[in-house]
Amino acid sequence: MLAIIIPTMIATLAFAWWFRRGNSKATYLPDWEYSGAVEMVVWGIPILTIMLLGGIAWIGSHDLEPSRPLKSNVPPLKVEVVSLDWKWLFIYPDQGIATVNQLVVPAGTPVSYRLTSGTVWNVFWVPQMGTMIYTMPRMTTRLNLQADRPGVYEGLSAHFSGDGFPGMQFKTQVLPPDQFAMWAQGSRGQGPMLDGRGYAELSKPSSYVKPMTYGAVAPGLFDSVVANRVPMLHVPQAALPANKNSAEPAGG
Amino acid sequence: MFGKLSWDAIPFHDPIPFITSMVMLLAIAAVAFWVWRRGWWPYLWTEYITSTDHKRIGIMYIVMALVMLVRGFADAIMMRAQQSLAIGASQGFLPPEHYNQIFSAHGTIMIFFVAMPFVIGFMNFVVPLQLGVRDVAFPTMNNVSFWLSASGALLINLSLFIGEFARTGWLGFPPLSEKEFSPGVGVDYYLVALQISGVGTVLTAVNFVTTILKIRAPGMSYLRMPVFCWTALASNLIMLAAFPVLTVALAQLMLDRYLGFHFFTNDGGGNSMLYMNLIWIWGHPEVYILVLPAFGIYSEVAATFSGKPLFGYRSMVFATMVICIVSYCVWLHHFFTMGAGADINAVFGIASMIIGIPTGVKIYNWLFTMYGGRVRFTVPVHYLIGFMLTFVIGGLTGVLLAIPPVDFVVHNSLFLVAHFHQVIIGGVVFALMAGYTYWFPKAFGFTLDERLGKIIFWCWFIGFHLAFMPLYVLGFWGATRRLQHIPDPTWAPWLHVAFVGAAIIGLGIVLTVVQLLYSIRTRDQRRDVTGDPWDGRTLEWLTLSPPPHYNFAVLPDVHGEEAYWTRKQTAIKQDQLIEEPDYQPIEMPVNTPTGVIVAFFAAVCGFAIIWYIWWLAILGLIGAFAIFVWYAWRDENEHIIPVEEVRANARERRRIRMEHLHSLSQST
Repeated sequence: MLAIIIPTMIATLAFAWWFRRGNSKATYLPDWEYSGAVEMVVWGIPILTIMLLGGIAWIGSHDLEPSRPLKSNVPPLKVEVVSLDWKWLFIYPDQGIATVNQLVVPAGTPVSYRLTSGTVWNVFWVPQMGTMIYTMPRMTTRLNLQADRPGVYEGLSAHFSGDGFPGMQFKTQVLPPDQFAMWAQGSRGQGPMLDGRGYAELSKPSSYVKPMTYGAVAPGLFDSVVANRVPMLHVPQAALPANKNSAEPAGG
Repeated sequence: MFGKLSWDAIPFHDPIPFITSMVMLLAIAAVAFWVWRRGWWPYLWTEYITSTDHKRIGIMYIVMALVMLVRGFADAIMMRAQQSLAIGASQGFLPPEHYNQIFSAHGTIMIFFVAMPFVIGFMNFVVPLQLGVRDVAFPTMNNVSFWLSASGALLINLSLFIGEFARTGWLGFPPLSEKEFSPGVGVDYYLVALQISGVGTVLTAVNFVTTILKIRAPGMSYLRMPVFCWTALASNLIMLAAFPVLTVALAQLMLDRYLGFHFFTNDGGGNSMLYMNLIWIWGHPEVYILVLPAFGIYSEVAATFSGKPLFGYRSMVFATMVICIVSYCVWLHHFFTMGAGADINAVFGIASMIIGIPTGVKIYNWLFTMYGGRVRFTVPVHYLIGFMLTFVIGGLTGVLLAIPPVDFVVHNSLFLVAHFHQVIIGGVVFALMAGYTYWFPKAFGFTLDERLGKIIFWCWFIGFHLAFMPLYVLGFWGATRRLQHIPDPTWAPWLHVAFVGAAIIGLGIVLTVVQLLYSIRTRDQRRDVTGDPWDGRTLEWLTLSPPPHYNFAVLPDVHGEEAYWTRKQTAIKQDQLIEEPDYQPIEMPVNTPTGVIVAFFAAVCGFAIIWYIWWLAILGLIGAFAIFVWYAWRDENEHIIPVEEVRANARERRRIRMEHLHSLSQST
């Protein structure tokens, strides 16, 4: 692209300057208004450029489609993301834990996100990990990302969602896989539980919320948020099997 | 009795809106008083407010746009100031509820009440003159359109003083804009103001499509119309197709808010994604509604000041119409990140890029218009060259954003903000400033000061680059838009540079006022006595500056693409004007206060709806309807300009013209 626009910019300045009125050396062509050859070039260059870029766009859209699972030998980690007023809830369904404003993922492992919003629209975005995606109430989006190097990255909402919007920052902690497993194990059963009542409490508007962890999560919380049917959920006793029925999506 | 309206609606305790609105009220009162002292009210009433003359209506549109530009810029500089101060520990001087109103108002005002009236103002002033006719198809409706737009602008400004403005961004996305999340009157101000001004815009589109298709001078076939008229036609066709979609989307949101419907709510089966689609089916074509006439202005400027016909006229017309059609097929690129899937994203991405083809062709055509010309570096040419340099970069970033995988990492970031300001300032605003300088002498009979004009250009050009280039960088670093508080202190230097850039643009706006006042004071030295100050090529330069109410004593006979240029060259060669025609009396539409009264009732009704004062809303509706009925019963439509007056004016014009031709033939 630069190979085309830089010469165009130079030509603009050069033509304007050379063909200035005071320049007696420049030829004046008062009736020159059409040239088939020039027309062919000026249509040809943009068409060829766009054909090339269109091809890149087509291939790129398919290769990098966010809902497409990443190729990897490591099985993906599942994370469910809920945007709230004005903080992020991350649920780890397989680990049975959840965090607020703190996303912890293992390095070198594909992470498969399902995302929704418990309030208005937001965009889940960790700039250093790449692709962003909308979180929308009553709808689920999918995103697959993999962080290659351990570290701490800033995450944020990239879609204005109201007065507390600038306080929707969250930390993304990328840990080596064994440390991640230890963290998940250690968090389990520690701290408060996230059931229907806890969720109702959490979804009250607040901003710049400090990161926190829930040691247990009501099963099916994410689907109930999508179905707008949260309050009846509760965390089952550890001995009892999960009460799946209450977590069924309402379908409405 | 007064619905939700109470004294609490007046921001006595918020210094910024309160002082601003007091200053605005004082300024309005002072201007009104000054006009009264000078005894100009009757003149304003008959010559402007109630005028059905397309030129006068065009001037009123542009005055409104310039006034609103000051308001929109005040919002912009406050945003830049807030973002340069509220970094790290500091919270700046604007709390979120103010900041969020300001960026919402900035976008709404700049698009609907600056860019739109500016563009419509030029179409009003120029199109009938270029087509060689005396007025638009529906002169009274034209006046009504203007005043309805003005009512919208009035309501938006009223929100500063009474109540609040929307805090939902310039497109008011639900569910944030639903009652549940935005219970105040801000969103209602937004919705009602846009609905009222939207009616005005649709009426304008009806008017101009009809005018261009049906009313042209004899011999002015489609392929002889100046490019500005073609772009105006394309722009109005898009308006006609796109604005009803906006009206429907906003009406559905109003039904949600006022009557508890569930179009876009989270519960009750609503779906906010529909609004996103509808608003962008209007929103993307809106960009071309603005930029196509801007391209038209550049085409006129390039040809006139290069002393050559426009290169590749037919190709230009074709490119314009391609953009007109494809503009309707690209809206989804505003939300690739919604996750609609690879096929859909790729199709819309490629469709968006396809618009780059005709746009690229246009750039080259202007380039080759300069080739072999004698380019005069007047103020409009400065804007033309500034535009060509700026716009290609805007096009480059636009094509980047149209590639879905790229958009997935910069969507909604300051990169996007920089991109659309680059195409709207570099593309549209530069054209409007060029057009303002170019057609000013035609409207008022004297030119604007050239030196100040060039300084203003440099303020815009340098200020724009300082203000927006840093935003590209920040966008790549992950800075999203609409942040009332900046989390990362390392962004500070870039934001400070952006503030300086905005301040330089502000200087340009102040100098625009200075230039106007200075040029009025020194107008006797800069009179345009010939009606053709730039050695023009299109028909508006055939008549005097300012043109008589009826534009042309006899409608010009058009031969060839450059109607006026051909005629001028023939006259120079033969050393005489065309034979004096047989003058006839001219019928012109009479003035009417219909527009201003309808708009008054519309504003009253709108205000009442915003504040739930139902009796007043009904009164407003009845008032607006009654004035239509009253107008329909009118006895006289037109007044006759006697043939003696027409002949006397025309002979005077011919004498001036002859002198002008002599001076031209001596100089070549």
